Amino acid sequence: MKLIKAIIRPEQLGDVLAHLYRADIQGLTITRCDGHGGEHDEVETYRGTTVKVGLQEKVMLDIGVSESFVEACIEAIVAGARTGEVGDGKIFVLPVERVVRIRTGETDTAAVTPVAA
Amino acid sequence: MRVSRLSRLALAAGLAILPRLAFGQDAPPAEVVPADTAFMLVALALVMLMTPALAFFYGGLVRAKNALNTMTMSFASLGVVLVAWAVLGYTLAFGPGNAVVGDFSMALLRGIGLEAKGTIPHLLFFGYQGTFVVITAALISGAVVERMRFPAYLLFITLWSLVVYAPVAHWVWGGGWLSGLGALDFAGGAVVHVNAAAAALVAALVVGPRRDYGRRAMLPHHVPFVLLGAGLLWFGWFGFNGGSALGASGLAAQASVNTFLAPAATLVVWMLLDLKRTGTVTAVGVATGLVVGLVAVTPAAGFVSPMGALALGAVAAFPSYFAILLRTRTRLDDSLDVVAAHGVGGVVGALLTGVLADPAWGGQAGLLTGDAARVGVQALSVAAVALYSGLVSFGLLKLIGFVTPLRATDKMERVGIDLADHGEEAYTHGEGAVLVHPDETPVFAAAPVPAASPSLA
Repeated sequence: MKLIKAIIRPEQLGDVLAHLYRADIQGLTITRCDGHGGEHDEVETYRGTTVKVGLQEKVMLDIGVSESFVEACIEAIVAGARTGEVGDGKIFVLPVERVVRIRTGETDTAAVTPVAA
Repeated sequence: MRVSRLSRLALAAGLAILPRLAFGQDAPPAEVVPADTAFMLVALALVMLMTPALAFFYGGLVRAKNALNTMTMSFASLGVVLVAWAVLGYTLAFGPGNAVVGDFSMALLRGIGLEAKGTIPHLLFFGYQGTFVVITAALISGAVVERMRFPAYLLFITLWSLVVYAPVAHWVWGGGWLSGLGALDFAGGAVVHVNAAAAALVAALVVGPRRDYGRRAMLPHHVPFVLLGAGLLWFGWFGFNGGSALGASGLAAQASVNTFLAPAATLVVWMLLDLKRTGTVTAVGVATGLVVGLVAVTPAAGFVSPMGALALGAVAAFPSYFAILLRTRTRLDDSLDVVAAHGVGGVVGALLTGVLADPAWGGQAGLLTGDAARVGVQALSVAAVALYSGLVSFGLLKLIGFVTPLRATDKMERVGIDLADHGEEAYTHGEGAVLVHPDETPVFAAAPVPAASPSLA
C-alpha cells in the first residue's frame, strides 16, 4: 500500500477528481492549505496598501491505494492538475505501514479496496 | 397617443381633481407640488439602492473567486453610466428630437433646473430617470460574469447606455414612436428588462461560455447574499414602479401594492413548481421567483387591478421557470439567467399587461376588457426593443473587441477575475502576504493583447 499525497491548484480540483473517478479511485481526503511552489507572486492592493501574496491557496489530497492503483492514481492527478505553469504542485508517494477500516476492522489492502455501498 | 408618459399617466388615473398633472400644449403652467416632490425624492433613493442590491443578488450566485468582479460590475454602473447619462444620455432620451431619438438640447444638463417637469423639479426627474439607466446597464452583467474582462465591460455598458438605452427610452417615454402606438409600459418592462435581456443574450453569445460551463459544477458561493439582494431589490422596486406614477397619487398606491402582490403570486407558484419537480423548495428558487414576479409586474403596475396583478404574477412564473431549465441544457451560458428572468419575464409581463389592462384601474382597456388589438401592440413594442437592442449590442461588442479583448484569458478564468482584473480577493485571510514598500514598484500582470479578429461563439 502507498499513501499518495498531492498538492495541487484549487481551481484544478474538479478536473483531478473527474480523472480520479474515471480511474476508479473514489476514497480520498482533501485539505485546503496554503503553500509556495516558486511561482510568480500575486500583487494585491487594498486602499493603497500593496502586498505580495507569497503563499498561494492550494489543495492537498491524501489517497491511500493498493500497489496496483499507484500508477493509475499518479497519472490521473497529473492529467487533471497540469497547466504547464510554475505552481502546478507536487505528488509524493509514501510507504504505509498499516491501514485499518474503522467500520469493519479490515486491514491493509482489504481496507483500501473500495466496496459497493 | 401623442402625449408623454407624465400626462398619459395623469389622464389614465382619471383624476379630475388633479388637472395640474395634465401639462401639455393647452394645460395651465406646471408647478412643483411639494407632496409629489417628497415622494419622488424617496423614490430616487429607493431605485438607486436597487443597483447595490443587484450586486449582492448576482455576487452570491457566482463562485468565490469572481465575487468582487461580479459585484463591482454592478457598482461601476453607478459611476460610468450615470456620468454618461448626465453628459449625453438624458438629452438623447428626453430631448424633443424626433420619433426615434432625442437631441442635444440638454447636453451637460443645460437648461435643467428646479422648474416643474410635471409636478416635480426637472432636476429630480432627471435624477430619477438616471437610476433606471444605471440598473438596466448593470443587469446585462449577469450574462457575462466570470469571464468578461472588466475594462471591456465598462466600455460596453457606457456606450450601450447612450446608443441603445437612450433611444429606446425615447421611443417609449420621450414622446417617440412606441408611445404614439399606444404601447403600455408603466415602469419599463420593455425599456429596462427586455432591452437589457436582449443585450445580455447577444453578449453571452459574443463573449462565449465559461470554460467550465456544462463541464464542471459551478455553485453559488453565498446563497444568503442572493436572498439579501433579492429582498433589497423588492424594497427598491417600490420606488421603481410606485415612483413611475411620478407623484404621490392613487396611481402610485396602485402601482406599489401591485408590486407587492404580483411577486407574491410568482413566489407561490415558483415554490410549488420546485416542490413538484425536485421535492424541495430552494432558496435560490425563492429569490429568482420573486425577481421574475417583479420584472413581470413592471410594465403592468399602473394598468391592472390588484387581482389582475396576482394573476399576472402567478402566470409569469411558468415561462421563466422552464426557460431556466431549458437554458442549462444549451451552450448559451447566460450565467445568471438574465434572458430567462428579465427577457422572458419582461415579454410575458408586457403581453399580460395587454391582456389584463383594466379601465377601472388606470384607464386603459386590454384583451379581457374589449381591446383585442392591445396585445398586438404590446408584442410589437417588445419585438422592436429586443431587435434594436440585440443588433446594436452586437455591433458595439464587435467594435470594442477590436480595441481591447472582451474575454479573459484561460489562466485568468481559472485563477478568478477578482485576482486577474482587480488584484483583490473577496475572502482572504491575509496570511503569507508581504507588505510592498511604497517606493518599490510591484510587477502587475500584463493585460492580454487584442485579437486581430474577436472570435464569435
